[in-house]
Amino acid sequence: MDLNYTADEDAFRAECRTWLAANVPASPLPSGDTAEGFAQHLEWERRLFADRWSVVSWPEEYGGRGASLWQWLIFEEEYYRAGAPQRVTQNGIFLLAPTIFEFGTQEQKDHYLPRMAAAEDLWCQGWSEPNAGSDLAGITSKAVRDEVAGGWRLTGQKTWTTRGAFCTHLFGLFRTDPEAERHRGMTYFLVPLDTEGVTVRGVDRLDGDEGFAEVFFEDAFVPDANTLGAVDGGWGVAMATTSSERGLTLRSPGRFMAAADRLIDLHQRRDVSDGVDPAARNHVTQAWMDAQAYQLYTLRDVTDVVEGRSPGARSSLNKLWWSELDVRLHETALSLLGPLGELVDDAPAAMDAGAWMKGYEFSLSGPIYAGTNEIQRNIVAERVLGLPRK
Amino acid sequence: MRFAFTDDQLLFRDAVRDLLAKECTPTDLRSVWDATADGSGHRKALAWSALASMGVIGLTAPERVGGLGLGMLDLVLLLEESGRVALPGAIVETTAVTAPLFASLAGALSGNDDDRVEGWLRSLASGGLAVTTSLDGAGLLPWSSAADLFVVADAGRLLAVERGQATLVSQTSVDAARDLATVSLSGADVVVLAQGDDAAALTAAAFDRGALGAAAQLLGLADEMLRLTVDYVKERRQFGVPIGSFQAIKHHLADALLALEFARPVVYHAAYALDGGSPDASRDVSMAKCYASDAAATVARQALQCHGAIGYTIEYDLHMWMKRAWALGAAWGDASFHRARVADAILGPRP
Repeated sequence: MDLNYTADEDAFRAECRTWLAANVPASPLPSGDTAEGFAQHLEWERRLFADRWSVVSWPEEYGGRGASLWQWLIFEEEYYRAGAPQRVTQNGIFLLAPTIFEFGTQEQKDHYLPRMAAAEDLWCQGWSEPNAGSDLAGITSKAVRDEVAGGWRLTGQKTWTTRGAFCTHLFGLFRTDPEAERHRGMTYFLVPLDTEGVTVRGVDRLDGDEGFAEVFFEDAFVPDANTLGAVDGGWGVAMATTSSERGLTLRSPGRFMAAADRLIDLHQRRDVSDGVDPAARNHVTQAWMDAQAYQLYTLRDVTDVVEGRSPGARSSLNKLWWSELDVRLHETALSLLGPLGELVDDAPAAMDAGAWMKGYEFSLSGPIYAGTNEIQRNIVAERVLGLPRK
Repeated sequence: MRFAFTDDQLLFRDAVRDLLAKECTPTDLRSVWDATADGSGHRKALAWSALASMGVIGLTAPERVGGLGLGMLDLVLLLEESGRVALPGAIVETTAVTAPLFASLAGALSGNDDDRVEGWLRSLASGGLAVTTSLDGAGLLPWSSAADLFVVADAGRLLAVERGQATLVSQTSVDAARDLATVSLSGADVVVLAQGDDAAALTAAAFDRGALGAAAQLLGLADEMLRLTVDYVKERRQFGVPIGSFQAIKHHLADALLALEFARPVVYHAAYALDGGSPDASRDVSMAKCYASDAAATVARQALQCHGAIGYTIEYDLHMWMKRAWALGAAWGDASFHRARVADAILGPRP
């Protein structure tokens, strides 16, 4: 065991820190899940790209720095430590890109990856449907072969599509063989949202932002070149993305360590005279420890990945931990705020601009998105502990 | 950066696991319970000489006295294995706590006492001396029948007293194998290992090693309780199917695994911090004991619930692991104590 970074890695950290200190906007941007905020976040994404910080772990030819997993972790720590904006490009960069790297043709890599890194193409995920959420294999949106035109015609509806109203492209699963068994006969498609026959309707989320969308497909044509991986092999391709989504690439420890540090800072500004329950001290400490534990777990995880031991279904443990720690952390913050906790959106009397309630609302989505925590517990029990499915 | 054990450390762990599977079976453990019940005591701890032959008991003693001169990171996986079989015996107190304490005292005491401590250390390294300790002020000494030497923090002094000199009063524990006693030192021939600030510093460091050792054992206890339960729910059938196919059972056991798997790296990290002399080592040990105590309690609770009534019997083995987990969860500072220590470290002293 050696928990020291190398001199090169320390130098990389210093470079990240210096750039972030010089570039992170002085005051937080409005939410990236609103039309106004999204535009400002895009400017930020393009600034990241200009200095090659948007996709540090990708090869240089696609706009990255070829950073190792360790360097990527360092970048994430520094990014959140600096209070830098949320990544509105994350669903493309963290969920689709690993799948393109694994399954994409050379032409697809050359076309899509640089545009994604530059935030020219903005990707949303088209998986859930009105009648297929946790039971993803129950999707009914279909793609029908058009031999003459050399492609597929998409029909159906996707929903809960995060930032769908602001994105330019969608990656999603469509049924290409209606006769096949449920986990077969699906294909992974890459769909420009300006395709004729595609309609996007924004849906306001619980937290008031227009962060969701419904996407309707009516005989929308996409060429053969827009399938990712084998036709009818989409389930396997999609599952490769789910492990990214549950595991560390979407939610690195840096995010929660930074949140825990902000919680400590809030605690130090509140005391018993503000009506704070003395027990809050324990909860603040537990939240801080939970973030540290996630960091330590991740260091072990990354070591395993680097040395060729795949975490596999254990990535579901990851998702349970970060999503539930995030809820507890925000609950603790609200208990510290007491009656001020309900203030949001820069209310004049709010502390920290009301960010804690917004954060709490967002944290509540964690146990739901990327596969509900009930599904994750099923996966842990069945695939890690080996309990019978039936 | 590498958060993993070396191949040698893992091989040593595997060898100890194999040895303990033979030397400390559930039947052996039950005989220790029975010996307590009929008052015959158990002077010789299970597996002690076999562990000593492998170098485990003397692992942290210096090479000059016949030990292996290794650290907590080398020991932590072995203590986890001792927890897996619910090994009764003073391995934490002897190997994690006392050997490094005695080694650090070399040359610090007057001639005669120095010789005695050196002699004890030499004997400890060969497996000839088991030491039990009471450092937290509660005065309870576990594994008392099998201990040859008692190290006690008492009124600002750190004392050692040999078995024949001490008057023991047996204290019944929920875990009969714990073999608890209190000790009276009046009139005893005690060696004063340290006093004043030195005693406080040595006791604090020794306490941290003990807390880490208990945390490691709690991981092993939890791992075994979970394994036993997973096996049980795969076999036990109700409504025509294995109960392990029910989502309620799955979620209980997923929660148990979650608690255990996130406690594990925290415990290993604390061993690393202690070996490296990190300024945050005490805080890191407290995190470890807090997580390990909580995880073992969670696993024990889910294990019992998923077993149903069979788990609530003496004839089924689970209770021996569960009771050890309760005892060790509270010994060396419980989760609340250690959480409060972390709070002091990160938030400053309680107002």
